[in-house]
Formats: sequence, structure tokens, C-alpha cells
Amino acid sequence: MMKALAVTRKELRQIARDRRSLFILLFIPAFLLTLYGYALNFDVRHIRLAVQDRDASTESRSLVSAFINSGYFDFTTGARAEGEIEALMGRGAVRAALVIPEEFGRRLRGGEGPSVQVIVNGDNANTAATVVGYVTRIVRSVPGSTPPALSVRAPILAVEPRIWYNSELRSALFLVPGLIAYIAMITAVVSTALSIVREKESGTMEQVRMAPIGALPYVVGKTIPYFILSLVSELLIVLVSMWLFELPMRGSWGTLLLAMSLFLLGALGTGLFVSTVAETQQVAFQMSLLLAYLPTLMLSGFIFPISSMPKVLQAITYIVPARYFLVALRGILLKGLALPTLLTPLAALAIYAAVLLALASIRFSKQHG
Amino acid sequence: MSAIEVRDLTRKFGAFVAVDHVSFDVHEGEIFGFLGANGAGKSTTIRMLCGLLRPTSGTATVGGVDVSRDPEAVKRRIGYMSQRFSLYEMLTVDQNIRFFAGLYGLSNSRYAERRRFVLDMAGLVGREHRLARDLSGGWRQRLALGCAILHEPPILFLDEPTGGVDPLSRRQFWRLIDELARGGVTILVTTHYLDEAERCHRVAIIHAGRLAAIGTIGEVKHVFAGRPIMEVHVDHPVEAMKALDAMPEVEKTSLFGTAVHAVLNVPRADEVPLAARLRSSGLDVRSIERVQPSLEDVFLDVVEKVGAP
Repeated sequence: MMKALAVTRKELRQIARDRRSLFILLFIPAFLLTLYGYALNFDVRHIRLAVQDRDASTESRSLVSAFINSGYFDFTTGARAEGEIEALMGRGAVRAALVIPEEFGRRLRGGEGPSVQVIVNGDNANTAATVVGYVTRIVRSVPGSTPPALSVRAPILAVEPRIWYNSELRSALFLVPGLIAYIAMITAVVSTALSIVREKESGTMEQVRMAPIGALPYVVGKTIPYFILSLVSELLIVLVSMWLFELPMRGSWGTLLLAMSLFLLGALGTGLFVSTVAETQQVAFQMSLLLAYLPTLMLSGFIFPISSMPKVLQAITYIVPARYFLVALRGILLKGLALPTLLTPLAALAIYAAVLLALASIRFSKQHG
Repeated sequence: MSAIEVRDLTRKFGAFVAVDHVSFDVHEGEIFGFLGANGAGKSTTIRMLCGLLRPTSGTATVGGVDVSRDPEAVKRRIGYMSQRFSLYEMLTVDQNIRFFAGLYGLSNSRYAERRRFVLDMAGLVGREHRLARDLSGGWRQRLALGCAILHEPPILFLDEPTGGVDPLSRRQFWRLIDELARGGVTILVTTHYLDEAERCHRVAIIHAGRLAAIGTIGEVKHVFAGRPIMEVHVDHPVEAMKALDAMPEVEKTSLFGTAVHAVLNVPRADEVPLAARLRSSGLDVRSIERVQPSLEDVFLDVVEKVGAP
């Protein structure tokens, strides 16, 4: 144990001397978070809208202002002639057009339930679907009118959606836990793998192997600093998210720390494992990215919902630790779930950490001689 | 008693035999030189002796401990320093010493005492807070040596310890080695520098994984008993080699700088009129004299006998 501490002390001194790595470890994650947090936004705003108001009544004008005031649409131009909308769409000058027919105001007053036409550029299906959603909501808010296109004249079954935990459906709230997992995985795996492979490259590993220190104290001593640093970095990310993205923290900090620690142990295990395979920093870096980056980004439910993946990919997600971490994180941060409800994902994280640490130490002690 | 005993030590990597039934002893307090070309099997042998690599077959005991049975106990009894002077470049002199002291589990009082010793020995007093990477080659080398002997190991392995160091530092380094040996430390050193090898009490020459020769410098030079070596200085050494090789009394020739060494297969050199014959074939002989075999002669000779790898 004293020997492990000697390794830890040495490692901390090295990190402290290596300002660049320290900076990368602590601040790049928070930087990435703000960058991604703002860029990775699924909310569609400022949709350029053309309006063809053939009615020009009080009612039609109030519908147009409902669109503009929603904040989602920017009034770009009015269209008079028949083909004008088509031309505007074709040029990409607008992404959506609202056509209000003659007699709209009169029919509305008469309770006939008039229809309006909304044309949406469907070249980006995601955006189009979101826009249609907004339109439906706005039109519904106008008393007496029926939603466009998908008009159901007399709703037999009225659905009143209510969204919990993230009632404004801000994608930032949904994405930030994913970003936390993603960034933590990358920094923890890369920094651990590099720190050991660097010693292989510089030859100091050989020197250490000649000394009477077992593989376990060495590995423990070597990972403690990175564990602490990664944990600090993670907490920093959470705090930054709370400040910048109004991320709520509804659960307990203790549970959050537990989930983070388990996840980080798995990430450190992955980094150690990489270091037993890779001989150069270059290879270690690429392997870490491949192991940490792709699954965390693609197969964790961070961006693509797991339930809509093909069955084979769904099966693979069961061995991606970020999957469980995301469930736990969203549970703690957004839902305020307590420990008992989160036992399954936390247990999965613990198992992943145990398996990878065991795998890495077996390989490591074999090489250690 | 022998500090190191090696019996039929063999290590294979797949079909490649890196070390092939090597046996030798190193006595206590001896400086034992391990000579061989790159890839001859020196490093593989050292790695097995340090408990880093398992032998495929054969045995080795270091400080009375069987290396395949208890590699950890071996590691406590040895110090190791390699050509790369494996220090942490981004740590200071003091921090490097502190780290290795921690690895060897030195107590605080012993650490303070050994730190003093190492700083004195390496001439680093007053430079404790310099980064290792800012030290010159000689200092780094002595610091690496210091870190390797912090725990006062009875046996020290030096794997090409003087590579890339200026001659003055090399000389200083060898004085330290001599001092350690006088203090009873057994030292096994590998080197390509044959002039350094002359400072060893005994040497072994390893070639293609096999032990080609072993003994004191005098003993290994004994392969030239009855085979005088003539050093010939001529204007055209390559032509001279051809002419000499054609003579029945000449066993072989080799180039030593601008001179040619001719090994004779007759014990009495003065009976062979080399100079006259060379002159008669039109070569301008400047001087010709019998020389004592150098370690380089021995090395080339034994390596040739074992055959190419």
C-alpha cells in the first residue's frame, strides 16, 4: 500500500508539472460541454415563414401573429401570387409557408372550423416533423380552428399530452447527461491509457518492472490520481450545466457521486486495458477513442434512442456502460430518483467496472512478469 | 559462493531461439562483462535473470533465489539500470529519488541517508530541484545508477549503461562501478565498447544466443595461443588483405582501422617473411609487427567460430 502511494505521489507530481495535460483533463471537458451543449440542439427555431393571407381579416391576422409570437417562426415575406410560395421554397428563402384561405374569418366566427394550409420543406425529415408539431400546437391554440393538413374534423378521442421532467422539451436537458457520460468516458479512458503507455515508451515502465512492486499496487497507485481528477472534472461539468443550461439537480449528490464513481471505475478499467494492448501513445489514443467514443456516442441512447435501433444493435448496447450511466444520470438529475430505484443501472455499472478492471489486471500481471 | 548461477538457460520466442543453453557463474564482488552484438541474446538473458521473463528451460539463481520460482524475491536483491537511464524527465532529481525509494519500500530514515549518498555519488548536491530532463548525459547516468542502488542491492545489472555518454563521464562512471565492486557488489554489465570490457574481471561473449567464450581477459585471449597476430600497415590495405589471404601460413585477415591484422596458423611469426612477400607483390609495407590480441580480435574470432546467426 505504501508503494501504491509512492506511485500516486509520483503521478500527481508529474501531472502537476505537465500543465497541458492537467488543463486538458480539467477544462477541456467543460469547454466541450458548452460547445456541444449549444451546438447539439434539437430545438428548431427561427424557421423562415412565408405568409399568404387571402382573407385579411382580424382572425387571420391574429393567427399570423400567433405564429410569429410563438418564437419558432420568423416572418420573412408575404406572398400574393399563386406560384410565389413555390418559388420561395425552391430558392430556400423560406422553410415553411402559411396559407390562409378566403372566408377564414367568417367561417371561424360561424363555428364552421375552417382549415389553413401549412407547407413545410420536408428535405430534412426531423426538422419538418418538429415544425409540424409546432404548427399543430399553435393552430390548436386558436379557438375554433382545426389543425392544418392532418385535420381531424371532430376529434372523437382527444389526446392531451403532458410531458414530465422536461416539460418544455428542451433538448439540452436531455442531451447534457449524455454529454457528461461521453466527455467523462473519453477523458478518463484516454488519460489513463496514455499515462501508462507513455511510461512504456520512455522506458520508465521497464525500470518499474525491475522493482519489487506487484502489478496491483502499481495499477492502483497509477489510477487513483486519474480517478480523482476525472471525478472533479465530472462534477465541474454538472455545475457548468446547472449554470449554463439550467440543468436541474433533483436527486441526491451522494447517489450522483456513487453513479459517477462506478462509471469512472469502468472507464479507468477500459483505459488500463487499452494500455496493456497498445505499445505507443498513438495507438493507445486511437484505441481509446474507438472504445470510448463510438459506443458512448452511438449506442448509449445519448443521441439515438435505443428502442428504435435494430435488434442486433440493441443487444450490443447492453455492454455499453454509458447506457446504464445515462439512465442513472437522467434519473438522478431530472427525475430525482433515489438509490433503490436505480439499483439495476448501478449494478450494471459495477459489473462492467469489475470485469474490465479484472481483465486489465490479468493482462497487466502477465506482462509484468 | 556464486552470486549468479546460470545452467542451460534457454528462451524461445516461437521458433526463434533467443538464448540457447547458456551456462555461467558470476562470483561475488566481481565485475562480469557480457559482450555480444545487438540481438545476440544479452538483453533476453538479463531479463530472465531479473525475473522479468520466464526461461523456456534451464535454471538461473540470482543471490541464491531461483528466478522462475520467486521473481519478486529476485527483484528485491537486484538493482537494474539500462542504457535509457529510465528516469522521469518531468520530475526533479529529488522526486525521482523519492519515487524509487518508495518503490523499494525504504523507511524514512534510510531514505534520508541513501538520498545523501546518491546525491554525493552522482555529484548532484545543489541540483536536487533540477528536472531530470535538464541534466546532461553524465549526470543523468549517475542519477539513474543512484536510483538503481538506493536499496543497496548485492547484485547490480547494467544493460549498456554508457551508451550516448561522453568519454569523461564514462570514465567517471567506471570509477563508480569499480568502487561498488570493491564494496562487495556483484556487477553484470553488458557493453559494446570493448575498451570498457577490458575493465571487467571476467567476460562472456554471447553470439546468436550461445555462449562463445568465457573467462578472464587473459583467458579469453588464450584462443590466440600459437596463433600470432601481425599488424600490417600498408598503403593499400584491401590489396594487402588479398595478398595475405593467399599465403598458406595466414589463417585469416581483418581490417582494424587503416591497419590489417593477419592471424597466422604457425606459432613462430619470425619464420614467415610476410614483409618480403608483400613487397614482392608490389605493396609498399610501412611497418609490420606482432601485436598482443585485443578483445576485438578475440570477439571477431569467437564469433566467426560459432558461425553466423
